[in-house]
Amino acid sequence: MSAHQHAPHAAGEPHGHGDHEGGAAHGSYGSYLLGFGLSVVLTAIPFWLVMAHVLPNQVAGYVIMAFAAIQIVVHMILFLHLDSKSEAGWNMMALAFTVVVLVITLSGSLWVMYNMNTNMMPMSVEDMRQMP
Amino acid sequence: MSPQFVPISPIFGRFTIASLPLQEPIVVGTFCMVALGGLALVAALTWFKLWGYLWKEWFTSVDHKKIGVMYMVLGLVMFLRGFSDAIMMRAQQAIAFNGSEGYLNAHHYDQVFTAHGVIMIFFVAMPFVTGLMNFIVPLQIGARDVSFPFLNNFSFWMTVGGAVIVMMSLFVGEFARTGWLAYPPLSGVAYSPGVGVDYYIWALQIAGVGTLLSGVNLIATIVKMRAPGMTMMRMPIFTWTALCTNILIVAAFPVLTAVLVLLSLDRYVGTDFFTNTLGGNPMMYVNLIWIWGHPEVYILILPLFGVFSEVTSTFSGKRLFGYSSMVYATVVITILSYVVWLHHFFTMGSGASVNSFFGITTMVISIPTGAKLFNWLFTMYRGRIRFELPMLWTIAFMVTFTIGGMTGVMLAVPPADFVLHNSLFLIAHFHNVIIGGVVFGVFAAINFWFPKAFGFRLDPFWGKISFVCWVSGFWIAFTPLYVMGLMGVTRRLRTFDDPSLQIWFIIAALGAVLIAFGIVALLVQIAVSILNRDKLRDTTGDPWHGRTLEWSTSSPPPEYNFAFTPIVHDTDAWWDMQERGAVRPTSGFKAIHMPRGTWAGIVLAGLSVAFGVAMIWYVWWLAILSFVGVIGVAIVHTFNYKRDYHIPAEEVTRVESERTRQLAAEA
Amino acid sequence: MSADTMTANGGEQVAFYDLDEHDHPEGGSTLLGFWIYLMSDCLIFAMLFATYGVLGHNYAGGPGPRQLFELPLVALNTAMLLFSSITYGFAMLAMNQNKVTQTQIWLLVTALFGIAFLTIELTEFAALIHEGATPQRSAFLSAFFTLVGTHGLHVTFGLVWLFTLMVQIGTKGLIPANRRRLMCLSLFWHFLDVIWIGVFTFVYLMGMLR
Repeated sequence: MSAHQHAPHAAGEPHGHGDHEGGAAHGSYGSYLLGFGLSVVLTAIPFWLVMAHVLPNQVAGYVIMAFAAIQIVVHMILFLHLDSKSEAGWNMMALAFTVVVLVITLSGSLWVMYNMNTNMMPMSVEDMRQMP
Repeated sequence: MSPQFVPISPIFGRFTIASLPLQEPIVVGTFCMVALGGLALVAALTWFKLWGYLWKEWFTSVDHKKIGVMYMVLGLVMFLRGFSDAIMMRAQQAIAFNGSEGYLNAHHYDQVFTAHGVIMIFFVAMPFVTGLMNFIVPLQIGARDVSFPFLNNFSFWMTVGGAVIVMMSLFVGEFARTGWLAYPPLSGVAYSPGVGVDYYIWALQIAGVGTLLSGVNLIATIVKMRAPGMTMMRMPIFTWTALCTNILIVAAFPVLTAVLVLLSLDRYVGTDFFTNTLGGNPMMYVNLIWIWGHPEVYILILPLFGVFSEVTSTFSGKRLFGYSSMVYATVVITILSYVVWLHHFFTMGSGASVNSFFGITTMVISIPTGAKLFNWLFTMYRGRIRFELPMLWTIAFMVTFTIGGMTGVMLAVPPADFVLHNSLFLIAHFHNVIIGGVVFGVFAAINFWFPKAFGFRLDPFWGKISFVCWVSGFWIAFTPLYVMGLMGVTRRLRTFDDPSLQIWFIIAALGAVLIAFGIVALLVQIAVSILNRDKLRDTTGDPWHGRTLEWSTSSPPPEYNFAFTPIVHDTDAWWDMQERGAVRPTSGFKAIHMPRGTWAGIVLAGLSVAFGVAMIWYVWWLAILSFVGVIGVAIVHTFNYKRDYHIPAEEVTRVESERTRQLAAEA
Repeated sequence: MSADTMTANGGEQVAFYDLDEHDHPEGGSTLLGFWIYLMSDCLIFAMLFATYGVLGHNYAGGPGPRQLFELPLVALNTAMLLFSSITYGFAMLAMNQNKVTQTQIWLLVTALFGIAFLTIELTEFAALIHEGATPQRSAFLSAFFTLVGTHGLHVTFGLVWLFTLMVQIGTKGLIPANRRRLMCLSLFWHFLDVIWIGVFTFVYLMGMLR
């Protein structure tokens, strides 16, 4: 509950906040139902692909990952109302930065640990059985 | 497997009388001194009836200036503890030759070096850096407080809570004996079944919550609360580095939280994340903790880079050279700090391709830092340099940190690191950059902004004594470590077989003594300044001919910072205002909307500490009670909707008229 | 807004002080701040996913995904969470239309779906533990329980928050402070559904593909 500054509303200049609460957009019944419908489809197909063994495993893996990525985008746009304008673009930038850090740390960890494990002595009987 | 090595009482958990180190003379002696000192303090506060004042004006305050000062006090107090650990290590290592065991056995020595690292990083450097950002950023951007004043108060008390837990470990139970990062399997429950690692975990988790929320707070503040006209590229450079630091905090501390949770689960529940059996992988801990650890060191240094930029341009009387490139360099450092973490464990065995990648990225990250250094030098070039204390510390930083950075580039070469990893060379390197960068920077910042915070400057004479002792002391203390590291001496050793090393350790100990004098001189400086405050008074609010908005306020600033929010037209906004003949308004003041103080922060932190202590000692009833208490108090606090008030226009007029009088008297 | 026209050289009207500022409604930073906090929460989950990715194949001779996961149950759970997302959306729409009672009803329905989700998840955990697939059995199971359990814990906190908000809306109505809180909870709730997409894809579905 700190004091805010009033600002000349010129382009590129900072101001306290927009006319409505924090610049958050809101949806409509249509957009929520659309989001719901898309999510149902984007969930049902991967479940079916796996449960019915439709595709070879590796292909199925890539396909369901793609579906997950698409569904996340659907959630972001239709449920979280994320766009490049909310909070003057800072929400998008925060998300972009987070995704970058996420990708770096996830892929980095997997790469590093894979290399570590390859070079290390087997830790258990089960690991020994995996050896060539 | 769950810990079953100590019988657990339903009331006291695993606490028994044996948990008190009554047979350790050094600890008992320390406790007596601390207890006496504490009692004296409590008695004095009671005698002078200061409890009400402290509670109302400081402990419950949501004013960023007060919270900033309290962070600095916390950092200073913990600095004394962390330095005591350092002196103890230097003394031990100087005498433990020719069969002598020294005066510290392994059980204690291991706690000393662990505590030294944990305290210096988490409870000295972080509070100092957070305190500076808290105090200065709202003033620099023309705001009246941070975005979330209550959260600010809460964050401070959570940090204090973590410090309290660490200090408690000295007198009740023991601390971790694992080094400051507590690698498993040593830190797992099988090899550290006692309370030490649990003290470590809960101190860091509680303080970590405070730090993370502080990060969110300052990002929102800088994004949302800048004065009109202050575009991103017109922000003071300290505010830019503060923004990048807080982005790093928000992106790095969750990793620490997650890793410590996994370690806790291993210790409390018996999961197998980092165990030697059942599929665990201790190397994953090392990987994750350094994903946090590397950004952490940039969190420590970036704000001080901002300080050096402000100090250099102020005391050279010139605009900072290459403002844009400074901003880009800072942003690049922020992003690159996420792709170097493996250089902390080149020797763990990931192989040549991984090591080469991270070696190259580590070398690349030194480039933007070098760019910053050149910008500072070019700012000084053809400036009219005033060698006040902040500038002296800055010049010492430039020399010291650069050399430390160069040893870092040496370590970045994986084959070299195979020789130097975990040697005294590494110790010398990171102390070189942390002391040269963070500590010297904090001293520069303290000397620079002290008059703003308290209304009088710090005594220059004792400041210069402190400066000479610190700079010479640092080099005498750490150059021997570089030499020994190159010879192959390992870190964290307690006794030595090779008598030819002793002379180096004795020299290092002498350096530490010099640093001790430097610290004493700092304390004397503060005391003398308070005694002579009228002679050192700053009546203009701008003792250094500063360039940024904080210097436009009185010293100290009024509670509301600015009677009217400034409108900004250029970087170095205050300098610009003066150049263009801005006239301070002397009438027409309005009521100002301010946030109210609150008890909730300190109470929530206190309950969190109770929870932490309960978890450490397995006092399950207290753990449940305090956890429910935290949730309950937090919920109760949300029912309080009346969190603000107005400072009446008459009050603002009174304060501003006083300042008008003061400025007129100056002229 | 009137500007202060103080200058040194005559003619130029440059304002250095905002003389006409008025109190802004509070809470201008709240949504941005909460979003940034959510990003940090996202990174906690990222680390748990990374741990699952690295340790998730270490069965230590114990049961793996094929032996343990029941996809129909997971599908049902996913449906519960998805329904709760849309009902929360309807609560937000009701809030925008100032309909207190309708808001409260949709919030309650959301909570019921959330409770259903947690109940199903807890029965799943209980069944696994009963068959000996405990978190202590292997690193895979430790990672599984921690990742899925942390998500469930977040849902639990969300429910506590939701019920608290229902009480606060009941007593104070849809005042601006409560609206902000509903919007923050909305971000939180949908974010948890996004995390769940990751969970069911990478843990359950990919697990069955091994």
